[in-house]
Amino acid sequence: MALVNIQNLTYKYPLTKTPALQNINLQIEQGEFISVIGANGAGKSTLCYALAGFVPHFFKGEISGEIEVDGVASSKSTLDEWVVNVGLAFQNPFNQISGAKYTVFEEIAFGLENAGVPREQMQSRVEEAMKLTGISNLADRSPYSLSGGQQQRVALTSILVMQPKLLVLDEPTSQMDPIGTREVFSVIHNLTQSGMTVVMVEHKVEWIAHFATRVIALKDGSILTEGKPGDVLTSDVLTKNGFGVSRYTSVAREAKKQGLWKKEKLPVTLFEAAEGFNRNA
Amino acid sequence: MNININNLHFTYPTGLEALKGVSLTINAGEQVAIVGQNGAGKTTLVRHFNGLLKPTSGSVTIGDWDTTKYSVAKLASRVGYVFQNPDEQLFSRDVLTEVEFGPKNLGYTKEKIDELVKQALVWTELTDKTETNPYDLSPTWRKMVALASIIAMDTPIVIFDEPTTGQDFANVSRIANVIAELKKQGKTVITITHDIDFCAENFERVIALSNGQVLLDGTTREVLGQEEILAQTYVDPPQLTRLGKLLNLKETVINQQEFLKAIK
Repeated sequence: MALVNIQNLTYKYPLTKTPALQNINLQIEQGEFISVIGANGAGKSTLCYALAGFVPHFFKGEISGEIEVDGVASSKSTLDEWVVNVGLAFQNPFNQISGAKYTVFEEIAFGLENAGVPREQMQSRVEEAMKLTGISNLADRSPYSLSGGQQQRVALTSILVMQPKLLVLDEPTSQMDPIGTREVFSVIHNLTQSGMTVVMVEHKVEWIAHFATRVIALKDGSILTEGKPGDVLTSDVLTKNGFGVSRYTSVAREAKKQGLWKKEKLPVTLFEAAEGFNRNA
Repeated sequence: MNININNLHFTYPTGLEALKGVSLTINAGEQVAIVGQNGAGKTTLVRHFNGLLKPTSGSVTIGDWDTTKYSVAKLASRVGYVFQNPDEQLFSRDVLTEVEFGPKNLGYTKEKIDELVKQALVWTELTDKTETNPYDLSPTWRKMVALASIIAMDTPIVIFDEPTTGQDFANVSRIANVIAELKKQGKTVITITHDIDFCAENFERVIALSNGQVLLDGTTREVLGQEEILAQTYVDPPQLTRLGKLLNLKETVINQQEFLKAIK
């Protein structure tokens, strides 16, 4: 059975006219690394909120259809029951950091404290999680004294430490430099290898192509297309609908018109592009 | 209006030495991108341009103004600064009031204010959102409001701190258009960015910072072709530059047009 099962999900925020999500059907197996792409306003964050239970439990509004995680329906669950299974790292880490803690270490322990985890376990879990995301050196700093990229790592760590079955990440690398982005992607990749299921909203197409097992493209609250990264990220449907694609894809598409790209399939990554162009030489 | 930076050192009260002797001249009308890893000193450097930070030693002058002798409010007439996070700068109840705030405070005439505000709203495609509360807009549109409110001040120098983070394809194009319009008007545009493809496509000069010092400074092509040196500050060359290198193209290519020409 799929870990996540979304059936005919339609949702409208309070006081809005058009639904933010329309008739979403989606099954996610355990261990998948799903990347959600789409323009701003396409419904990416709302889908994250729905998976995390904030829609509708926190935001209210009108909902129809159903979301199940590990066989439990969102509609029959309360938010505090739901968060045991699903963790969400917010798009803006500033909105997530509690403001109640003086140090990064305490901030990361906050969720565990609320879940009543014994003190000894808590300490070792926090230390382990910080090691995993490479922020052990920030343990004694104030969460508010950190750079955007560092805050994003703290936000991610404070969710990881909860060991959710489903990890939902809303643009977790948006404020990071390339090395930070690479590290976060490889941490997430390793987690999925050990069985964690991840849904990640991300604009960085090249990284998605390297690591994601499936890509879901949202437009105006509906799923426009989905499938393997190499297929979805090179499809004409995306360009026609104003999605950004990797420079490798767009240059090869143009080269193809001029007879300079001979392969049928367009590249997404550097390696695929180099291989394809080399063959022509 | 030139920016002159002479042997600039800056140490934060915590003892962190963020800038260790930076000397640069940025000429009027240049489009400059500043790149480098988190913690390289990019934001610390540009915050000296509008006086938010004052040198620990060395000097920064904006035209004929030494920044230590002018207030931030005064410097705001010469240097506009768009924050990385729009929520740190927006406070008005609607978009129009927000965008009018800057030029009003600079004491321009009513006609000039109206004209500047109108132009800023057109460039940022906000003309249909003037009555909306900025906080009812999505984060990406809030970013455009932040941009508009600074552009409307008509300063000769405009600074963008990470303008493209978290922005979708359409909004990145919008921001590129704004930069092109500013260039046409002869303004100096200085942008901090991690988005190296955006940098390659929109800027003439690139300054790479590492560990509080200037690592590289030159034309976009010169700087972004230095793969090994850039690696010291964890900057990857643009996607097509890397591809060109892998294919052993003779020249450094930085955009699609150049790449296609080189492989013909």
